[in-house]
Amino acid sequence: MSVLDSKVPKGPLKNKWTDYKNHIDLVNPANKRNIDVIVVGTGLAGGSACATLAELGYNVKAFAYQDSPRRAHSIAAQGGINAAKNYQGDGDSTYRLFYDTVKGGDYRSREANVYRLAEVSANIIDQCVAQGVPFARDYGGLLDNRSFGGVLVSRTFYAKGQTGQQLLLGAYSAMNRQIARGKIEMHNRHEMLDVVKVDGKARGIIARNLITGEIERHSAHAVVIASGGYGNVFFLSTNAMGSNVSAGWKIHKKGAFFANPCYTQIHPTCIPRSGDYQSKLTLMSESLRNDGRIWVPKNMEDVMAIREGRKKPTDLSEDERDYYLERRYPAFGNLVPRDVASRAAKERCDAGYGVNATGEAVYLDFASAITRYGTEQAKIQNIKNASEAKIYELGQAIVEAKYGNLFQMYEKIVDENPYETPMMIYPAVHYTMGGVWVDYNLMTTVPGLYCIGEANFSDHGANRLGASALMQGLADGYFVLPYTIGDYLSDDIRTGKISTDSPEFIEAEKDVRERLEFFVTNKGEHSVDYYHKKLGKIMWDKCGMSRNEKGLKEAMAEIKALREDFWKNVSVPGGINEMNPELEKAGRVADFIELGELFAKDALTREESCGGHFREESVELDGEQKGEAKRNDKDFAFVSAWEYKGEPADAVLHKEELEFNDIELKQRSYK
Amino acid sequence: MNLTLKIWRQKDSKTKGQMVDYKVTDISEHMSFLEMMDVLNEQLINTGEEPVAFDHDCREGICGMCSMYINGEAHGPDRGVTTCQLHMRMFKDGDTITIEPFRAKAFPVIKDLVVDRSSFDRIQHAGGYISVNTSGNTQDANATPISKHDADEAMDAATCIGCGACVATCKNSSAMLFVGAKVSQYALLPQGQVEATDRVKNMVAQMDLEGFGNCSNTGACEIECPKGISLENIARMNRELLKATFKS
Ligand SMILES: Cc1cc2nc3c(=O)[nH]c(=O)nc-3n(C[C@H](O)[C@H](O)[C@H](O)COP(=O)(O)OP(=O)(O)OC[C@H]3O[C@@H](n4cnc5c(N)ncnc54)[C@H](O)[C@@H]3O)c2cc1C
Ligand code: SF4
Ligand code: FES
Repeated sequence: MSVLDSKVPKGPLKNKWTDYKNHIDLVNPANKRNIDVIVVGTGLAGGSACATLAELGYNVKAFAYQDSPRRAHSIAAQGGINAAKNYQGDGDSTYRLFYDTVKGGDYRSREANVYRLAEVSANIIDQCVAQGVPFARDYGGLLDNRSFGGVLVSRTFYAKGQTGQQLLLGAYSAMNRQIARGKIEMHNRHEMLDVVKVDGKARGIIARNLITGEIERHSAHAVVIASGGYGNVFFLSTNAMGSNVSAGWKIHKKGAFFANPCYTQIHPTCIPRSGDYQSKLTLMSESLRNDGRIWVPKNMEDVMAIREGRKKPTDLSEDERDYYLERRYPAFGNLVPRDVASRAAKERCDAGYGVNATGEAVYLDFASAITRYGTEQAKIQNIKNASEAKIYELGQAIVEAKYGNLFQMYEKIVDENPYETPMMIYPAVHYTMGGVWVDYNLMTTVPGLYCIGEANFSDHGANRLGASALMQGLADGYFVLPYTIGDYLSDDIRTGKISTDSPEFIEAEKDVRERLEFFVTNKGEHSVDYYHKKLGKIMWDKCGMSRNEKGLKEAMAEIKALREDFWKNVSVPGGINEMNPELEKAGRVADFIELGELFAKDALTREESCGGHFREESVELDGEQKGEAKRNDKDFAFVSAWEYKGEPADAVLHKEELEFNDIELKQRSYK
Repeated sequence: MNLTLKIWRQKDSKTKGQMVDYKVTDISEHMSFLEMMDVLNEQLINTGEEPVAFDHDCREGICGMCSMYINGEAHGPDRGVTTCQLHMRMFKDGDTITIEPFRAKAFPVIKDLVVDRSSFDRIQHAGGYISVNTSGNTQDANATPISKHDADEAMDAATCIGCGACVATCKNSSAMLFVGAKVSQYALLPQGQVEATDRVKNMVAQMDLEGFGNCSNTGACEIECPKGISLENIARMNRELLKATFKS
């Protein structure tokens, strides 16, 4: 048997979680008072976990690098959160949500985890409403839903275009209640720099106070990592500037296996890059594809004319345009899943049809939708022989009501009015399905060390469906981890406080300090960003939307060389004992460089195309699906869990075979 | 474009700060303000100087981390945006731009342009929540209908990003717009009624304790607020406070 034990309970899928919960060892309330839990990260996953753990009676010590839990990057989620409430009566159910999520993930996730996720999803909405989260409502006062990402039911709950913000503020408020009661000790502006293991178990962390620079030891009976995704390995992504892999990578180096690092989601509708100074990319909600039509010019002369400013996109007639998604995927059209839409945009731009100066942009056009809505409105309002301008005005009002804030955001960034000229979009790195390997209890391969939210790998397989990350973060934090962790902690009721004076803590602190000292004394030639940008370029060119063996091998070698250069020539100004943002970045980029190499190795090993991982060698050669991604269930229906062995390239692969008992594996088709 | 920047430099909370002049060249109008700051910092690092510390994270106007008082305005000259969403097209070649931290007694400077806004968190600890357990045993979300109008208004209040521009703008450094927004969100929803009296009293008491000033109704906060939080929220909070005082 493999060293991996997923600990999935026996029994029928439908009863697993309930039966398991009924038999979990509990810690009695008096004993919980003697147990400390560290939570690193207070986004949706970590924040909700802190709140429930504290409410159950544990002493929680929470850490975040921002100045308040309210600023975690969960705040940026726009679109919504899924839940199988079936409020719209359109046939939704736990099973259907489970099915859509497994299928959307291209059959590379763990069935039992996904089913549990679908099961607790309904609780999340109840919980959030009770906390005062102002979800959108209809005129009858009931909760409203939208449909998202090509699924057939309306199950997405939303709060304008700020769903993540409202959910996070809900979790933050639940935390505040526990902070006020003294049950959560919140350490803002603190960065975890290592985990400490005592007798093989996770017993604490080393953290740096980002204001004073002080290095601190913190102990606990269990450690939970909830540090978010690692999309910034690409330098440019829709993540926050501080989003990082460090917590996950540090625990990987201490024994936690890292799963499926190459599964990255590249989101099709982001605002294109405008120049080399670009520091991050901004997402435009996927909901725009419900009404926008995506195109590039058919003729190269028009492309050139547009780039040189001799023509405007609105000058092109219908038959001079190539609505390539509608052309290639008549059944789903502009609503194909994210991975498919992103690759199709890249294909057109690689062929030279990109419409901006960088050649990396396609149009997202609302003119048809505006006309359609306008005509409809003219009928509803009984306006006879409405002029074209009138129709446009009526239609624009509808589009504005639906997407006004997004259009405004676009205009602020690009300085063009998207009601008058089509938007320009291009795919960008957005989410990482891969992450730290966890079992059904959300425990890593290190006893007492847990990982939740985007930082773990468990629920989204090779591709995440829209509105399911918020659901997973809150499910893990509010409703799963606080119970599964009891099973482990029930053995710790007599352990007593964990000392921070043990050799293990001293050693870990020494290592952390030495590394920081290296950075500020090295005085090399190049800034940290110089390396981060180089890494990003290798990742984007060779481990991006499509990958091949040759490119991946080159990427591994180039990243290794970059790492060697980094450790010789990086320059970090300032000192250790002060606020020093460059020093923080240096540590994060050092970890990204190591992760990047493992990422490429993982992609190289997976000789199939699945979800966000498209291997050029694995495509359908004929038939209707010719040229489309080809999954290989026979050889690759497993999770790749990597064990650290000193160098990223030496990592050892462990396979968790995926079993599908309640779902039939099918090739996805959107034709 | 080429610009002169006058930037507040301060080593730490204990050391006195001062304005220092810098020059940046070849700034594109498409850059965001923070990308312009990145250019400056890269330049400083390459010449062995200490880069300017400033707070930022999401760079899309939602986390509330970025601050900066630019040419005498919180978040700079554009309306309805945070500093990270401000673009260089708002400036012209040859301009001199003054950049200072948000200033208020309750927001002490940590370093350069970074300030400590933990006073906002402590106000939230005092009552910015509904006391419901996170057990998953709450009633069904649709059991209590809430009128669309109230839900939308609660949502408008809830969009506050806790940036502190309202405080930095106010000549009294009052936090009434921030606190009013949170109090309003819960006051507008049935879930928030049970604790309404204690909530408003406790939050306002904490606000006073933190050293925020009084509101003298000049309305500058509303103009500078990047999220369009309206003065109505302050009025609603005052009504709630009055109700609470009568009750006790
Ligand atoms: C622009 C955007 C839009 C999105 N829209 C949607 C959507 O509509 N629907 C949906 O379901 N999903 C969406 N997602 C995905 C979803 O928002 C995220 O996957 C999810 O919020 C991640 O939550 P989290 O709690 O795991 O991590 P985060 O919210 O990123 O929190 C990470 C936490 O870890 C802390 N941290 C990190 N490293 C350290 C360290 N070393 N030491 C101490 N603390 C640390 C941070 O301070 C922070 O508190 C979107 C994502 C983005 C970027
Ligand atoms: S009210 Fe406006 S200015 Fe004040 S903290 Fe909230 S968002 Fe910022
Ligand atoms: S950096 Fe997040 S609001 Fe400006």
